[in-house]
Amino acid sequence: MAGDVGIAANRAAAMIADQVAASDWLLVAPVVIGLAAGAVLLMFRHHLRWQAAFSIFALCVMLAANVALFARTLTEGPVAMTMGNWLPPFGITFVADVLGSGFALVSTFVAVICTVYSVREMSAVGRRYGFYPFLMLMMAGVNGAFLTGDIFNLYVWFEVFLIASFGLMILGSEKQQIDGATKYAILNLLATALFLSATAYLYGAFGTLNMADIARKADGLRATAPMMTIAALYLLAFGMKSAAFPLYFWLPASYHTPRIVTGALFGGLLTKIGVYALLRTLVMLFPTERLELSGVIGWVAIATMMLGALGALAQSDIRRIMGFLVISGVGIMLAGLALGNAAGISGAILYAVHSMLALSALYLLTGAMKDYGGSYDLHQLAGLYRASPLLTALALILFLAAAGLPPGSGLWPKIMLARASIDAGQGWLVGGILASGFLTTIALGRVFALAFWRNSPAEPLPDDETECTTGASAFASLIMLTIPVAILGLFPEPFIRASDAAAAGLLDTGAYLRAVFPLAGGGS
Amino acid sequence: METVFSVLVGLFFAVGIYLILSKHTIRILLGIAIFGNAVNLLIFTSGRIVRATAPIIPQGDYLLPAQAANSLPQALILTAIVISFSFFAFILVLVSRAYQEIGVDDTLGMRVAEPHGEQLPPMGY
Repeated sequence: MAGDVGIAANRAAAMIADQVAASDWLLVAPVVIGLAAGAVLLMFRHHLRWQAAFSIFALCVMLAANVALFARTLTEGPVAMTMGNWLPPFGITFVADVLGSGFALVSTFVAVICTVYSVREMSAVGRRYGFYPFLMLMMAGVNGAFLTGDIFNLYVWFEVFLIASFGLMILGSEKQQIDGATKYAILNLLATALFLSATAYLYGAFGTLNMADIARKADGLRATAPMMTIAALYLLAFGMKSAAFPLYFWLPASYHTPRIVTGALFGGLLTKIGVYALLRTLVMLFPTERLELSGVIGWVAIATMMLGALGALAQSDIRRIMGFLVISGVGIMLAGLALGNAAGISGAILYAVHSMLALSALYLLTGAMKDYGGSYDLHQLAGLYRASPLLTALALILFLAAAGLPPGSGLWPKIMLARASIDAGQGWLVGGILASGFLTTIALGRVFALAFWRNSPAEPLPDDETECTTGASAFASLIMLTIPVAILGLFPEPFIRASDAAAAGLLDTGAYLRAVFPLAGGGS
Repeated sequence: METVFSVLVGLFFAVGIYLILSKHTIRILLGIAIFGNAVNLLIFTSGRIVRATAPIIPQGDYLLPAQAANSLPQALILTAIVISFSFFAFILVLVSRAYQEIGVDDTLGMRVAEPHGEQLPPMGY
């Protein structure tokens, strides 16, 4: 092995000799842009006036990179790049497939819109505490989590967006925020520690951390390695991160406390990263174990969607209603994971995309409702229809989407999931999906009836006209986020095709493996 | 050697979980620190413990000696230690701020974000 002859041969087995193609750098561009922009914003933290404009610019560049990457994965299949010129199992690999780059694209889009919303809403205090640097670092972490092909690196990106989200959550240091952030921080830290211990077992069994390498070796090791332990630990850790049934308590305790923009970003993006990680580990890496766990996942899914919907019914604070809707949506995505067939996974992916867009929009809507109605409390909110017909129209579109009623975007993934579960002979999942949808409809219908239709008890004050509180940027961002929700509801075909492609890439790992190991068969 | 370490890891996990189950935030915090170290030791043990030579390539050679220790778990643990230390520092400050603001270190008393006896939503107009 050692010696003079070995040098060249060993090098060739471990290092990539030729230059990385320029177009492959696109793969790391979203993460690099996020980290660089975060660093620049940190250096210019005293120039408060330029921060918002610079963030929007950087996020637009990030969005462009994500669009290009997504277009490339749709046409060419997965793209891989390994850091430091090491050959795949040795270096850290970044892989973009349709699922990862699609989620990265949608979440960056949501972040752009939320930043536009923040221009007026974010006070000087919030800016001085570093809202924009935290935002950019969080987006770097989110994109990194979606694009990495290495399971330990996934842990690192989880921690990157988690620490940035702590900063965003306590922005303003109000009593309520500190209370909520304590629970959020401790429980999320515990979940990532569980994730890391699952990864430790996985490393002990496989001797590798590269996801493609794990997928390749899983079949050979199934007889000896404690695969079920690893899969169950991943289910526990990522279930906790995505606020699934027994471990969701951190979400309703904290998501209503931060600023509206932060709530929109968290409610839209963070739990979906947990769902993404569940899909990636259980469907791609441990399909046999997922099949054995599918009964457990199914009951967890039902319990999550029902408790989320019931929780939404029991709240009078509209922000907390939205928090429970996030949980209910996670349950519906888990139903797709429990089914595990192509249609089920595809439905779960499409629901995740719908949920990213619609729930961020709903959080922004609660901010606008507060601006007009003066409160987040359903007891006090009234007469918003008269105050702003435009806001009412947007609210109607978003409520229909979130409840999954016909023209809304939540309908299509639910139909896909219902059909997939009937095909798989799991009709009870359909019952859960329909019942939770019915309860969600009641909860949102009540918000609409009370806040929008009910006449305000007092006549509007004479100075009502002059006090236009919701700024143009807030309205513009709400409209920009409602339009894709409406498009997803009215013209779902291209989205369904993309999520079918994403599900196919997850179930058939051939293309993913070929992208990471171009010299297939050779091995090392 | 791995057997001894796995018992130790189990003890660390047990102590960490016991402390996390406490109602007092400072104990929870200590529990999290111990839990994190249990995970670090678990990674270390997963990488197989050998007592042979340090993973240093001798001068004039191009490969590690055959008996060298596995250096990857050490790199992983180093990353995990840095991350968990920064998180610990953050949560320590957060918990002390929570104690200043809310005045309790008992998690049952921390009900500012979710107050007791909240009003139910209105049932009709």
